[in-house]
Amino acid sequence: MIGLLAQEAALTDTGEWIANGFFYAMAAVAILGGLKMVTTANVVHAALYLLVVLSAVAGTYVILGAEFVAVTQVLIYLGAIMVLLLFGVMLTRAKLGGEEDLDHEQRWIGALVAAGMLAVMSYSIWEAFDTQKLPGDRTPQLTQQVSDEIFSTYIVPFEALSVLLLAALIGAVVVARRD
Amino acid sequence: MFLNQFLFLAAALFCIGIYGVLARRNGVLVLMSIELILNSVNINLVAFGAFHGHIGGQVFALFVIAVAAAEVGVGLAIVLLIYRNRRSIDVAEANLLKG
Amino acid sequence: MFAAEEAVANPWIYDNVWLIPALPAASFVLILFFGKRLPYKGAEIGITALLAAFGLALIATFTWIGDIQGLEESEGEEHALVTDGGTQTVVLTAEAGEEHGPARGAPVVNEVEWFGIGTGANQVTLGSDGVEAVDGAEGEEAAEPSSGFNISIGTLVDGQSVMLLFVVTFISLLVHVYSTDYVNGDRRYTHYFAFLSLFTASMLFMVLASSTLQMIVGWELVGVCSFVLIGHWWEEKPNSDAALKAFLTNRVGDVGLLIGVTILYFAAGRSFSFVTINEMAVSGEISQNTLTIAAVCLMAAVMSKSGQFILHTWLPDAMAGPTPVSALIHAATMVVAGVYMIGRLYPVFYEGFSIAGSSINLMAFIGGLTTVGGGALAFVQRDIKKVLAYSTVSQLGYMVMALGVGAYTAGLFHLFTHAFFKACLFLGAGSVSHACHHSFDMKADMGGLRKYMPKTFWTFVIGSAALAGIPPLAGFWSKDEILVGTGAFPGTGGNGTYTIPLIFGLITAAMTAAYMTRTIYLTFFGEYRGHGHPHESGPRITTPLIILAFMAVVVGFLNMPSGFVDFLRLPSGWAHLFEDWVEPAGIASFVGVENGFTHAKPSLLLAILATGLAVGAGVVVWRYYERLYAKDPKATDYVDGPVANNELVAAGHRVLVEKYYLDHLYTDVIAGGIKGPVARAANWFNQNVLDGVVHAAARSSVGLGRFVYRFVDQGLVDGTVNASGRTASESGQFLRRVQTGQVREYATLMFGAAAVLAAVFIFAF
Repeated sequence: MIGLLAQEAALTDTGEWIANGFFYAMAAVAILGGLKMVTTANVVHAALYLLVVLSAVAGTYVILGAEFVAVTQVLIYLGAIMVLLLFGVMLTRAKLGGEEDLDHEQRWIGALVAAGMLAVMSYSIWEAFDTQKLPGDRTPQLTQQVSDEIFSTYIVPFEALSVLLLAALIGAVVVARRD
Repeated sequence: MFLNQFLFLAAALFCIGIYGVLARRNGVLVLMSIELILNSVNINLVAFGAFHGHIGGQVFALFVIAVAAAEVGVGLAIVLLIYRNRRSIDVAEANLLKG
Repeated sequence: MFAAEEAVANPWIYDNVWLIPALPAASFVLILFFGKRLPYKGAEIGITALLAAFGLALIATFTWIGDIQGLEESEGEEHALVTDGGTQTVVLTAEAGEEHGPARGAPVVNEVEWFGIGTGANQVTLGSDGVEAVDGAEGEEAAEPSSGFNISIGTLVDGQSVMLLFVVTFISLLVHVYSTDYVNGDRRYTHYFAFLSLFTASMLFMVLASSTLQMIVGWELVGVCSFVLIGHWWEEKPNSDAALKAFLTNRVGDVGLLIGVTILYFAAGRSFSFVTINEMAVSGEISQNTLTIAAVCLMAAVMSKSGQFILHTWLPDAMAGPTPVSALIHAATMVVAGVYMIGRLYPVFYEGFSIAGSSINLMAFIGGLTTVGGGALAFVQRDIKKVLAYSTVSQLGYMVMALGVGAYTAGLFHLFTHAFFKACLFLGAGSVSHACHHSFDMKADMGGLRKYMPKTFWTFVIGSAALAGIPPLAGFWSKDEILVGTGAFPGTGGNGTYTIPLIFGLITAAMTAAYMTRTIYLTFFGEYRGHGHPHESGPRITTPLIILAFMAVVVGFLNMPSGFVDFLRLPSGWAHLFEDWVEPAGIASFVGVENGFTHAKPSLLLAILATGLAVGAGVVVWRYYERLYAKDPKATDYVDGPVANNELVAAGHRVLVEKYYLDHLYTDVIAGGIKGPVARAANWFNQNVLDGVVHAAARSSVGLGRFVYRFVDQGLVDGTVNASGRTASESGQFLRRVQTGQVREYATLMFGAAAVLAAVFIFAF
């Protein structure tokens, strides 16, 4: 159902307008949320802003016709990883109110580096893709297609990933246990 | 719809994430910023997947999500360990690598 | 496995040989989950599984022998003619025995598709169907992948794998029984048995591997088990250090293994199959250069796994593990994995190193060096297990040397006999230390044990005599065959004239007898120098010893030269049975290739010479120690040899005690050198080199004469030198400041540098 947006965008002019509007709204939310996340003086607020950013990114996935990725994003990021991060905040006893020294004194160096990277990346993106458009006839890709692909072409990376997850699981337990 | 609009969004989020990693002192906040970076990569993957009409982009986005989950698990374990040993998660204080 | 009725029906065991590794593997899982709750803490599961596996291995062995025997009868006189002669080439017997199932040495391959990687439609069949029973005589390429990237898993049954199946299950079974007493009451008793099972399973898996990829899996699994078992008592730092050392040293060789296997994969037209690779190596479809590079890479793996110079240093340290583990893993089975791999891919090595018609090559040289070097090191050890460990290094060198000179059967036969007597010796050493309050120090805590533990004593003596090559024990036959196989002794023939390996072999024969005599004297003769009252070990320890000693006596008769059989008027079929059973058809197809594969002709003179050397060395050492301990039988710190009096000997002794300084080379020079930061290097340079140069310059100037010296402005020289020194020092200080330890700053530098570099690439190109 949510894929209708992408389909619509591909088929009609009006649809494209709607989709574009949706995208820019999402992008604005994501960027603003991201900026707030890295500047806010409250750790819990930062976590909530991250929530907003991740939801907005999920929205852009929908526009791109990647429904399954969007749903996974919501489930894994918003459901699991956020909870984990909030637990992290809680276990390290962050103050719930504002905090003065969350940022490093020399954050302007970081800002400089980030701005430099953004400049370089924007330039090269623009040089490389200019005004190329996404294909007009794209349709939302079915979850079945994704799974077919994972379990045939990408079976080895998939298995490797499962081993990685296991290793991370064991590693996290070993690192964090009291001894 | 242009491909570029997605790439710009990804680039912006990526740089915001980098700023977060570089500027924040709190270990958990650094981890959150890393999540942001990973997400920007995912946007690129999915956008290029749609651009080329290939499903591999989505598959790899899923893989990245799984790796991110592993990364957060191990990362938080490390942060907790640092907190337990030093009663602080200020990454600036973890400077045992000092030469 | 499931549907083997088509074509030629293989005997049941060939299709179900996978059960042999599967049983210990199942036992591993069961012990891990239920072991602790069982009355015997899991040992009973391990022993039952091993008993069953050993039974199956016996069935496989006898089926295989039966096939070969049937084949020989069908050939009749043709074969008899072959066996009587001297240095003639082996006749390709596969054709003659086609109707009798697998021909001599033709491997029986059973494979299922493991997984496939490819685009489009590809079926992943996981062990359910698609079994291909391939008969060696019919054509081996049936198991080839059809398209894309299909990887098969399967079993390969031939003489070599059957032989190792027998050895591994047999010794593992005895070690299991022995361990129930030896590690009794240990903290991690169950864990120990679980990993013994896993080790056995991995080794059997590797032995049965039908492809190089599968072999790597088994290879790494035995490495892991070795790591776990060496570090069994990891609470003590040296033990966990030894485990790490073993693991890391083996990784060095594994790089070579991976590269070698990859090269062979592409060279053999994208195939991992042993059969395909060997065939292509023999038929010349893979170029000589490719084979050489692959063989050198694989040789690195052999050097690390089978303890060859210069990567042998982990093996003696591995004695930190429990003694039964040393017997099973670090003497009898795992360390021969490298030797086994050479045998498996023998055509690759044979062609790659141009073994035929040569007089020296990398493999023979490394083997020869190892055999002498390891033997020399065994002299200076106080620890009885270390003596045996270096002896193992030396004997592994013997095997590699044998394969290096083209004596394939001799090398594998030595592997076979060595497994029995070395396991016997190790278990005997364990029994001795059991009696001496878990000490392994021969000089301080042993001596005179002959009276207290007769069973251990006699089995140890038999094992030692077999190791030293005293006829008619097992070691004599295999060692003699290796010496003959070098082809350098007049009238033996062989694949080349390897004079240096022959000399190395003879030296080692003498050395082996000498250090084993020393060990026996220090341990069992003289007077008891330890504390308390030693006692004979229980039946669960002595029974395996007796069985192994019995094997050490008899297994040598499996490969008697035909001349000896005739001399004793035995049936002529009793001659070189082992060769008939184990030598694969791959060797036979060397016929027709340039420089065909030959067997050397045994020489009575050489046998007498080698035995004389061994006995002579043993007697000399015996007399020496008898006289040394005659003065004070209770002394615990006698120095060996004329070390005290002779400067040169003392220096040699020190080199041996320091193990040729290889450990120093690895840890201090190599690791330490890389570890040192730039600042320290600069500082060091300033302190030592520059100052040294100044001093040297000053001193030589004085020597040349004051006149010249006066014209050299000392202030200038010093000023320049000091300035350059200060520069180095300050640049070091500056670089040091960069290392703030702040991860954030490292990240800043990294991202900043990435941005700058990206900009450079974008705008410059």
